[in-house]
Amino acid sequence: MDMGLLIFLPVLGAIASFLARLKQPGPDYVPTHALLALIAPAVCLLLLLGYLPRIQSGEALVYTLSWIPGIGLDLAFRLDGLSWLFAVLITGIGCLIIIYARYYFAGKDTAGRFFVLIQLFMTAMLGIVLSENLLFMLVFWELTSLVSFLLIGFTWTSRGARRGARMSLVITGGGGLALLGGILLLGQIVGSYQITDILAAADTITSDDRYPLTLTLILLGAFTKSAQAPFHLWLPHAMAAPTPVSAYLHSATMVKAGLFLMARLHPAMGDTELWFTLITITGMITLMVGAFVAMFMHDIKGLLAYSTISHLGLITLLIGMGSEMAMAAALFHLVCHALFKAPLFMMAGIVDQTTGSRDMRNINGLWKTMPALMLITIIPAAAMAGLPLMSGYLSKKMLFTESLLVSAPGWAETLIPVWVTIAGLFSVAYSVRIFHNVFFNGQPVNLPHWPPKKKPAGMLIPLLILALGSLFVGLAPQTTYDTLVHLAVSATALTQLPLYDFAALAEARVPAMMSLVAMVGGLLFYLARNPLFAIHRQLPEVDAKNIFERTLQNCIRLAQILVHRLENGSLQRYLAFILVAAIAPALWMLIGNSDWRGPSELTSVDAIGVFGAIILCLSAIGVVLFHHQRLPALLLLSVTGLFVTLAFARFSAPDLALTQLSVEVMAIVIMMLALSFLPQTSPRESGGGRVIRDLSLAGLAGTGVALFAYAVLTRPADTISGYFLANSVPGGGGTNVVNVILVDFRGFDTLGEITVLGIAAVAVFAFTRDLHLKQRVASSGSLKGFAEPHPVILQMVSRMVLPIALLVSAYIFLRGHNMPGGGFIAGLVTAVALTLQYMAGGLAWAQERMLTRFRPLIGAGLLIATATGIGSWFTGYPFLTSAFAHMDWPILGEFELATALLFDLGVYTTVVAATLLILANLGKLMTVAGPGKEAG
Amino acid sequence: MELVIAISLGVLTSTGVYLILRARTFSVVLGLTLLSHGVNLFLFTMGRLTTGAPPLIGLTESHTDPLPQALVLTAIVISFAMTAFVVVLALKAAVELRSDHVDGEDPNEDRQ
Amino acid sequence: MNHLMIMPIVIPLITGAFLLLMYGYNIGRQRFLSVASTLLLVVFAIWAVMQAGVHDYTLYHLGDWQPPFGIVLVLDRLSAIMLLLTALLSLFCVLYASRGSDEAGSHFHALLQFQLMGINGAFLTGDLFNLFVFFEVLLIASYALLLHGGGRARSRAGLHYVIINLVGSALFLLALGILYGLTGTLNMADLAQVIANAPASDLPLLKAASLLLMVVFGIKAALLPLLFWLPRAYSAASAPVAALFAIMTKVGFYAMVRVFLVVFGLDQAAPANDTVMAWLWPMALITLTLGGIGVLGASSLRTLTAYMVIVSVGILLATLAMNNQHLLAASLFYLIHTTCMTAVFFLLADLIGRYREAGYDSFSIISPLAHRWLLGSLFLIAAVSMASLPPFSGFVSKAWILQTSSHLPGYLWLWATILGSGLLIITALSRTGSGWFWRPGERTLKVTPPLDRGRTATVALMIAISLALSLFAQPVMNYLEVAAELVYQPAGYVDAVLGDYIRHDGEVNSSEVNSSNVNSGEVTQ
Repeated sequence: MDMGLLIFLPVLGAIASFLARLKQPGPDYVPTHALLALIAPAVCLLLLLGYLPRIQSGEALVYTLSWIPGIGLDLAFRLDGLSWLFAVLITGIGCLIIIYARYYFAGKDTAGRFFVLIQLFMTAMLGIVLSENLLFMLVFWELTSLVSFLLIGFTWTSRGARRGARMSLVITGGGGLALLGGILLLGQIVGSYQITDILAAADTITSDDRYPLTLTLILLGAFTKSAQAPFHLWLPHAMAAPTPVSAYLHSATMVKAGLFLMARLHPAMGDTELWFTLITITGMITLMVGAFVAMFMHDIKGLLAYSTISHLGLITLLIGMGSEMAMAAALFHLVCHALFKAPLFMMAGIVDQTTGSRDMRNINGLWKTMPALMLITIIPAAAMAGLPLMSGYLSKKMLFTESLLVSAPGWAETLIPVWVTIAGLFSVAYSVRIFHNVFFNGQPVNLPHWPPKKKPAGMLIPLLILALGSLFVGLAPQTTYDTLVHLAVSATALTQLPLYDFAALAEARVPAMMSLVAMVGGLLFYLARNPLFAIHRQLPEVDAKNIFERTLQNCIRLAQILVHRLENGSLQRYLAFILVAAIAPALWMLIGNSDWRGPSELTSVDAIGVFGAIILCLSAIGVVLFHHQRLPALLLLSVTGLFVTLAFARFSAPDLALTQLSVEVMAIVIMMLALSFLPQTSPRESGGGRVIRDLSLAGLAGTGVALFAYAVLTRPADTISGYFLANSVPGGGGTNVVNVILVDFRGFDTLGEITVLGIAAVAVFAFTRDLHLKQRVASSGSLKGFAEPHPVILQMVSRMVLPIALLVSAYIFLRGHNMPGGGFIAGLVTAVALTLQYMAGGLAWAQERMLTRFRPLIGAGLLIATATGIGSWFTGYPFLTSAFAHMDWPILGEFELATALLFDLGVYTTVVAATLLILANLGKLMTVAGPGKEAG
Repeated sequence: MELVIAISLGVLTSTGVYLILRARTFSVVLGLTLLSHGVNLFLFTMGRLTTGAPPLIGLTESHTDPLPQALVLTAIVISFAMTAFVVVLALKAAVELRSDHVDGEDPNEDRQ
Repeated sequence: MNHLMIMPIVIPLITGAFLLLMYGYNIGRQRFLSVASTLLLVVFAIWAVMQAGVHDYTLYHLGDWQPPFGIVLVLDRLSAIMLLLTALLSLFCVLYASRGSDEAGSHFHALLQFQLMGINGAFLTGDLFNLFVFFEVLLIASYALLLHGGGRARSRAGLHYVIINLVGSALFLLALGILYGLTGTLNMADLAQVIANAPASDLPLLKAASLLLMVVFGIKAALLPLLFWLPRAYSAASAPVAALFAIMTKVGFYAMVRVFLVVFGLDQAAPANDTVMAWLWPMALITLTLGGIGVLGASSLRTLTAYMVIVSVGILLATLAMNNQHLLAASLFYLIHTTCMTAVFFLLADLIGRYREAGYDSFSIISPLAHRWLLGSLFLIAAVSMASLPPFSGFVSKAWILQTSSHLPGYLWLWATILGSGLLIITALSRTGSGWFWRPGERTLKVTPPLDRGRTATVALMIAISLALSLFAQPVMNYLEVAAELVYQPAGYVDAVLGDYIRHDGEVNSSEVNSSNVNSGEVTQ
């Protein structure tokens, strides 16, 4: 099916143009590029005409290709009267625009970019009107917003262009989001996004309670796109775009997309009070605002822009009325508008290029220099004014007729006719003005180029064609209607309607009177323009763009302030937030909790335990009290650590006790060293309020933990640990269950944990590499501890201690599997012993005597552990499966040789290396000699 | 005994939390250490409290729950690694930000 | 014995360790090893995805100990997807970093490998304490990577990041302790069924524990009010690192899914589950809103992207809180999209920043830039995808999320926030684009630096993925639908992992046990 082709031909065209531009940049190639760009739209147009007979038979050609059924998004195309009409307008006018652009951009090397974008836009537009699937349509809808953004910003060097582009994108983009919401709701209601199904489900839709929301969202999309008040503001500023763009996007096609959508969905969603009210009122306001402002515009394009807005409002109004005849009038006028507005824009473009100005206060009496242009312009101008025999006259008259037919609701009955007559009056006024003012009205006033530059006559061809088209419509309305519009109207009514009777229209008296009033009034108005301008000048000047920018700026400033208020870079606050977030919900849960005291028996309180606990608490509290004096605080901290160790020891956890002890030593050493470089005291900087806040947080946290502990401790334990106790010896080959868990049952944890240790060490190495405290240390003065040698005694002792310590750790290591001990503890003991060497001998001394560097050791340790794990693959077992055998060793007695031992060796190596690497680098920081060679 | 333990855990946590909320890195480090003591002890006690029953097969007939011990051992080593890391980082920060305030010289310098 | 599924953990571990052993290797060799290992990861991830496509659950019993006693790895569609995403992301990050960013400090590649080990481990493990360990691995590695390159901003952001996460770890241990104290087990499946049969008197404690876990994972996932470390940390980190961090918040999300939908997922445990969701819902929505505001208020592209991460977290968690199977599938799709795109933007900020004369990636400074057309188009396309406009994956994912949520209670809140933030994002990005590529006007650089093809290609490729993801969305969506379905059948998970092992008299309600074909490590040879 070649409907898809219709859409994607212009894409190919765009690509071709892009390549052509790459191949032949520069202005000389504009004509050839234009010719190239003309191919795709022309072919599309022919294809469309080829479809005419089948369309006339009233059938809707639908072609669906599945894309993402999961969200109901299909590549589905629909070609019926309505889409056919729009597609013809898009491609037809598109061709003429390209011809026009060939001259407009003559000698500019931006031409290439224009041809690429304009074809992309054509794709998008065709996509909108030819989509059967609403989600699929949305894809193109957004694309039009995007391309329009790029085209408005076409001359991005000008501030106005940039702002206009952003404004249009934000407004239409926002509308697109609303539309997305609306379409999704519609899809949920109907159960499908296929237009066929949706049009068939009118009752379901209008009766659904989500209908109001759905309609509102969809209309938001349509109104923003079709520049309905109050979203019309972006359109005038879109005039910063080159004139071909304005003529095509912002008058003939894109701004009609919203109208198309409304017409398309009318059968499914129309005929309700809400539909009538929302759309009619919006249309009326837009109609009036546009027409009124247009009269006072001095910029030709500005005038045309506002007149476009008012005509869009007019069509919207008609669609809102919703009767078949109103729809007929709407679509008929849509065609007329496209035919007379485009040439006027082109005229504006020519005037702009030749005279270098668009201000009608300066541009006058061009008829002498451009008679041809003047002659051609008569027709569209007259059509816009709605003079008799002109297309505009008929569509206006149709509008008046419909306005008289409006019955309900009461307010509309009289208001609408009056309203549209006034609007018509204005439109006559500005139509007369744009013509008379430009071509007559005395002599030109200091124009940049005078006499105007010459433009090749070819530039007039597209104008002529369009003008003639407009003329034809005016002279032979019936034929036009029957061939073009009727099908579309029938499509929007889903039935073959009787043809519109223009003969009857000619008969109609009252509408004739109304348009007579409008014409006369408009003329009078034009004659009285100068005093009116004077009055208008008194009115405050409002520039929507600036308002928009200012609001935007304010929003952004607001956002920044808010964000900075919250994310103010204060760690204390963040932590407070986190603690609150942790405490509040948990407490909330527990408030109701009655039974803290679980069923199980309490163990008896014993003196030693209580004593230990008290010391523990006191030391902890002491740390808080003295934390301003750092050294005492640190000492107290070590006391706390010691008593934690004792607690472990008391409650049958020898391994933990040993580990905690050795870790404690290392930790304190490290902190000592660090402390020798930090201020010895912390200033008292927290205010009373802060202290109270923190105290209460701390109190709550403590209470929470205590409650948890108590509640759990008083409940019976029912754990999986029996298994470990039972299988430790037979399965793991070790009597020290904790160690067996570490190296076997949960060896994977251990692997991860030594990795953590290793990474920590390497990280310390990495980020202290090019850092040295020298410069700062000098000030704080205290350079004790590490760099240079220490008392001889200490050196002697430490060197004697070393071998013993190593022996001990070897013993601890080997027995670990059965008795308290193992890789960790052994490693830490070794590390402590070696640290002592650092302390005693000084960094340099120790560095020289280190047999190897530490990083490779860490790597080796990790690799050993991992290799042990992988080893078991070869025996067909999972990672880290252990195997063991007991054997007698001389002297040391019986030890069992388990793969676990190998694993533990990895642990040992990593622990030693990592710990020392950290110390070495901490020490290196402190060498007066500066960075020196990297440590470890 | 449970009550005593619970209370001491509470105290450890409170002191830790309070110090964490101080403005100087060193105090924060102290706080973190206290907190990790508290948490490790908490995790340990979750295996319930038994005296004189180390999980050494053959040494005693009754054994306490070994699993929490293993977990705590892991936790201890990890928190050691973290403490060491954060201490050195605090030093680095103190040098580069020319202050041992947790937010460096001026907490909101990029506010302007 | 099927050892392939542990590869995602072992390979980076070995690579990292080896790089340390060969600490003297010149950068070239490091890069080679790092890229090679990451490529392998991609391969194995693809295998994992296919494997999980065939067998609902694949188990790996470490040390050959049966769960719940030993640690078990569980591979299902959810974890497989996460593995693949991580592998691809890291591949791009490594490639980008190998263009020079990795020389700003030592051992970048080793640390990155360890980071990957941690992330993959977190995705695979079926044991709660083991999850803690892997969290620590990925955290310590991320600390190091965050500091990579040095400088004051990194030191400060790093310090905050580290301390906050240390508190988080403490909370994690606390919650673990409570859970173990009450249930006496650590294996997720076992936990699930024990919790399901827990006495009523324990319920409040269990709820409290689950809320603590929510905070723990909330810190990782950057949930309000736990997210304030993120903007500075992410914008301080060097580009490839920040890009890699795009997956980190998702680890938090993943953990939430696993724990709240599986561990607390069995019907009987529903109360605990509901409590969490009730807290999560409003916080997630506020997170989303704040993210949008932050995007608008951002002063540099990196900050903007950081807030974009927050927006995505908000969406993910809000959808999670709505607690619906099909919605979970949708948000998983969104997860893939947003991870790729935020990563792209972190890299893009760096790439463009390199070619701007002044101001790197700041918005306030107007500076000419080189290669305007290429970079401009790249930015435009990326922005379109990031603003989840068609035809990119973002559009599909958002449409899917909005659709599936539309019949759930409170959907209007979700819709309003999602669409609203969408508008803010469009506004912000259009400002950025026009400010960078249009506003400098015709001014150009004195000397045009040559374009870095490698970096540009990497970014372009990632954007292409986003497009491909939407063009071939349907198969992915089908896969995710099943993934979500499995997550919402925790009984199946429990059965698969525990087999016939049932402690407690309380049986797993076998009615909800779906006939999932388990492929335990022992079965396949």
